[in-house]
Amino acid sequence: MCDSIIQVEVIIPTQTKYLDLIGSIGEHIAKKLDEFSGDKEALAYHLNLVLTEATINAIKHGTMTNPSDTVRITINIQENELNIKVYDHGQGFDLESVPLPDLDQPKEGGMGIFFIRTLMDSVTYTRQGDCNVLEIIKHLN
Amino acid sequence: MNLNLEKINGCTVLFIKEERIDAHNSGELKEAILHLIERGDVNIIAQLEQVRFIDSSGLGALLSGYKNAAARSGKLALANMQQQVLSMFELTRLNRVFDIYADLNEAFDNEA
Repeated sequence: MCDSIIQVEVIIPTQTKYLDLIGSIGEHIAKKLDEFSGDKEALAYHLNLVLTEATINAIKHGTMTNPSDTVRITINIQENELNIKVYDHGQGFDLESVPLPDLDQPKEGGMGIFFIRTLMDSVTYTRQGDCNVLEIIKHLN
Repeated sequence: MNLNLEKINGCTVLFIKEERIDAHNSGELKEAILHLIERGDVNIIAQLEQVRFIDSSGLGALLSGYKNAAARSGKLALANMQQQVLSMFELTRLNRVFDIYADLNEAFDNEA
């Protein structure tokens, strides 16, 4: 059970040096979830990883069109649900067409979305106005 | 990226002196390993004691090193991995690709 309410919004330039900041926020939030009964250290790593992967994904999609672009990340925890939204201004992509990596024939790329899908409970990528939104949900019970 | 290089027991040991390997510094790691291999140091042990976080690009950089070393009849092995970092290798099954050692002594016993 976790009924604390946390809301975080961060806007960063599309530069990889900010990945650490975003990942660390997720890690710190996980460690503050006193009522989370699962493995808090693992959750902290997973949130760090998922935020890092989602943000680099947005940076890659945004920078292509505008180097002074920004990425907006929101993190909301309400009752037992953690909700992450990452907004980019790029052309977007079809999340459903991203293939699962062949773990028997490992390649250098293509693991980011796999991590998000594997470690979280739901992932969607939709167009909202002039943005694309990657929405990630994790149930904290 | 903060990397130290030592020749120990005939192996090239690459100490990765970073807490975090992500898309900001993984390109540098990949290039550093490739540079070693191209100059003939094809048997490398990456010592990851200080690394507490790795993302998909970091795994990719190490996998690139592994493949490049193997292509020259060498090997990239890993040592001193923290548990959470090791769990990423397990999740992607890369623990079946790399030889992963608890510490450098174990690595030398098997690789040197």
